[in-house]
Amino acid sequence: MAIFENMGVVLALLGAVTAALAAGIGSAIGVGMTGEAAAGVVTEDPSKFSKVLVLQLLPGTQGIYGLLIGFVTLTQIGIMGGDADISLIKGTLYLVACLPMAFVGYKSAIRQARASVSSISLVSKRPDQFVKGMIFPAMVETYAILALLISILSIFGINGLPV
Amino acid sequence: MAVLPMKKALLCGLKKDRKRTLEYLQRQEVLEVSEEIREDTVFQRMDVLSSKAVFERNAAEAEQALEVLKSYAPEEKGLLDSFSGRKEMTLSDYEEMAGRHEEIMKQAARLLLLAKTIGEKQGGIPRIEQQLKELEPWSSFDLPLNFRGTKTTSAFIGAVPRQISQEELSTEFSALCGKTAELSIVSTSREQTCIFAVCAKRDAQETETALKTMGLANAPQTSMIPAKRQIMLEEELQTTKCEIAEAQEEIRSMAAVREELKFVADYYTMRAEKYGVLNSLVQSHSVFLITGFVPAEKAKELEENLASRCNVFAQFEDPSENEDVPVVLRNNRFAEPVEGIIESYGLPAKGELDPSAVMAPFYYILFGMMLSDAAYGLIMVFGCLFCLKKFPRMEEGLKKSLKMFMYSGISTTFWGFMFGSFFGDAVKVIAETFFHRPDISLPPLWFEPVNMPMKMLVFSLCIGIIHIFTGLGVKLYSSVKSGHLADGICDVVFWYLLVGGAVVYMLTVPVFTGMLELTFTLPATVGTIAAAAALIGLVGIVLTDGRSSKNWGKRLLKGLYGAYGVTSYLSDILSYSRLLALGLATSVISTVFNKMGSMMGDSIPGVVLFIVVFVIGHTLNLAINALGAYVHTNRLQFVEFFGKFYEGGGKKFQPFAEHTKYYKVKEDV
Repeated sequence: MAIFENMGVVLALLGAVTAALAAGIGSAIGVGMTGEAAAGVVTEDPSKFSKVLVLQLLPGTQGIYGLLIGFVTLTQIGIMGGDADISLIKGTLYLVACLPMAFVGYKSAIRQARASVSSISLVSKRPDQFVKGMIFPAMVETYAILALLISILSIFGINGLPV
Repeated sequence: MAVLPMKKALLCGLKKDRKRTLEYLQRQEVLEVSEEIREDTVFQRMDVLSSKAVFERNAAEAEQALEVLKSYAPEEKGLLDSFSGRKEMTLSDYEEMAGRHEEIMKQAARLLLLAKTIGEKQGGIPRIEQQLKELEPWSSFDLPLNFRGTKTTSAFIGAVPRQISQEELSTEFSALCGKTAELSIVSTSREQTCIFAVCAKRDAQETETALKTMGLANAPQTSMIPAKRQIMLEEELQTTKCEIAEAQEEIRSMAAVREELKFVADYYTMRAEKYGVLNSLVQSHSVFLITGFVPAEKAKELEENLASRCNVFAQFEDPSENEDVPVVLRNNRFAEPVEGIIESYGLPAKGELDPSAVMAPFYYILFGMMLSDAAYGLIMVFGCLFCLKKFPRMEEGLKKSLKMFMYSGISTTFWGFMFGSFFGDAVKVIAETFFHRPDISLPPLWFEPVNMPMKMLVFSLCIGIIHIFTGLGVKLYSSVKSGHLADGICDVVFWYLLVGGAVVYMLTVPVFTGMLELTFTLPATVGTIAAAAALIGLVGIVLTDGRSSKNWGKRLLKGLYGAYGVTSYLSDILSYSRLLALGLATSVISTVFNKMGSMMGDSIPGVVLFIVVFVIGHTLNLAINALGAYVHTNRLQFVEFFGKFYEGGGKKFQPFAEHTKYYKVKEDV
């Protein structure tokens, strides 16, 4: 069966889309949550728009990291032009390598959004504390960055493996 | 790198010079007023809060009038006008305008009244329209709608809520009631049929019951014939609309007072602030005293000017040790822009150093590495330069931020060329797709992180170690400077030995160097020395970290806990891996957009697609990644860097000044 012969590339692609999918969903939920809070603040005081916009966008980065992992995987496995001949083991490895970004990206985006929502209410009351309010959600993002790091190092590492 | 030294000022003058002095001080913006002197039998405070409230209300009224003007005669505003800052105004102009403040306030009151009238009139329109609509089906009826009959007849005027013909009406009516009545249909539509019924007076009761059963609802009550009433209402509607239009026209014709209203809003804001100060100063029968803080460098000038212009005596002294002196930072052009970031974290507390000068270069470097695209950097540099040149009177804080982004942009450009990124791989993609020259590309001056992520990671962590060690260095410097050398050694040197030793030792272990893809491994002897240094550091920390406790058992336990803090150094250093992650994010997303744009190849639609995708994509990427770089640079500075040596908590210098929105009064020389 042809599908079993090409199982490697199927699994690798599954990994790539999982990373983009989960992290993207997380960010979409997150940015949606923060957007609601931000719109509430703007009804009261339109001049705070630029500040709350920044806070709204903070949980959006996980989606970008997911896209990044997805894209890097696609180029590595040859889907974006080139030879898409990946062994079953390599495909599995790519799938596993994408998982940190998928899981951590999903959850951290939502958690970061919650911190961001709190920061938005902070900024609505104390606009001068904007930079501090920005740091709290940024703390959560650290873990998304660490996951991105592991995913990306794994993906680049797999390419050179003799399997 | 400095916190400006401050002087405490005591000003003393005659009451007749008070107004002039306060106005002069307000324009100079160098004195922060403090309430130092207590009231006694001679010197007392004056309660002027009620006047202050009046000024504040007037200022608010002028602002409202401006809002009214804005909604009917909007001001033409450019996209970048928010950068332009306040207009300057000479003292003589100010005085001339100030003399007219009551007249201008009358204009403001007129505007507010007009706006109120418009509101009320507009509220009345739907009521009239509703009445007109109700009369519409009756327009052909030639009796007043409240007609109840003659001496011998009773009349019923009303509508049944359905369409019904004359025959149906008669049949239905006869079925319900045996009496005779003259039923005529005035008008009919799908929703209702208007009916006029006349019957003999003695049959009125039965007829009414029958009609009610059929669903007859009374017609709108008016003593006029519907057509006439309609004409009257139409006229009323026209008049109301005319009045609204006139009021709106009058508001529009008053657009010229906008500048005066702005002035008067500022004028009252300034007076309110002045009265706030007036409220806090003590006065005797003929003398007033002002106390406050002045930057030392301005003291001399202020003293002379006050004596010559306002006939006020000024005395300055150094603030005492335990006083909460307000803080102003002063730095060179390169470090000044990051003062805003420091201010948002917290200004240096008493005895702390101003970290701007140490922080600035790292700020620019870290920002540049995270954004790391030469084209984005150039866009930032020229965008900021353009705004700075075009709006020289921009507010100070905004100016600092723009300068900060300009320097960050320079650094971004630098790292962009180092890592070979110019709109991502745009040069290569354009050359390949549209000019069929795959040989052309922009080679990196150093290396491409996408191809060598491990090298970039190691470099990021190195930057992190340097950053953290610099922070520790500042702590050592301030300990030594304040005479606490022992503390400096315990809190800094031991950590240098421990962390530095551990890092160097790792470089001698082949497993690690292999993992980090380093080309060298330090010899074993270096490792032994490094291990020894780390051990000395560790022992030192265990022995001294709990030195505040006298009890040795407690001290050692505290020391052990302190040594556990090495894990936080590990996480701090690893935190700099975000330099790699964010840098890669910028370049990979650029690559994605370039690839998307070039998908239709070398053709006319291909070029169009490329331009569209290129412009939208890179704008988006620049915005999102510049935001990311800004946020994470701040985080690295606040958490990893400031965590090592800086606490903040100083009070900002807030001088008695013109906190106005539109105008700034210039002192004539």
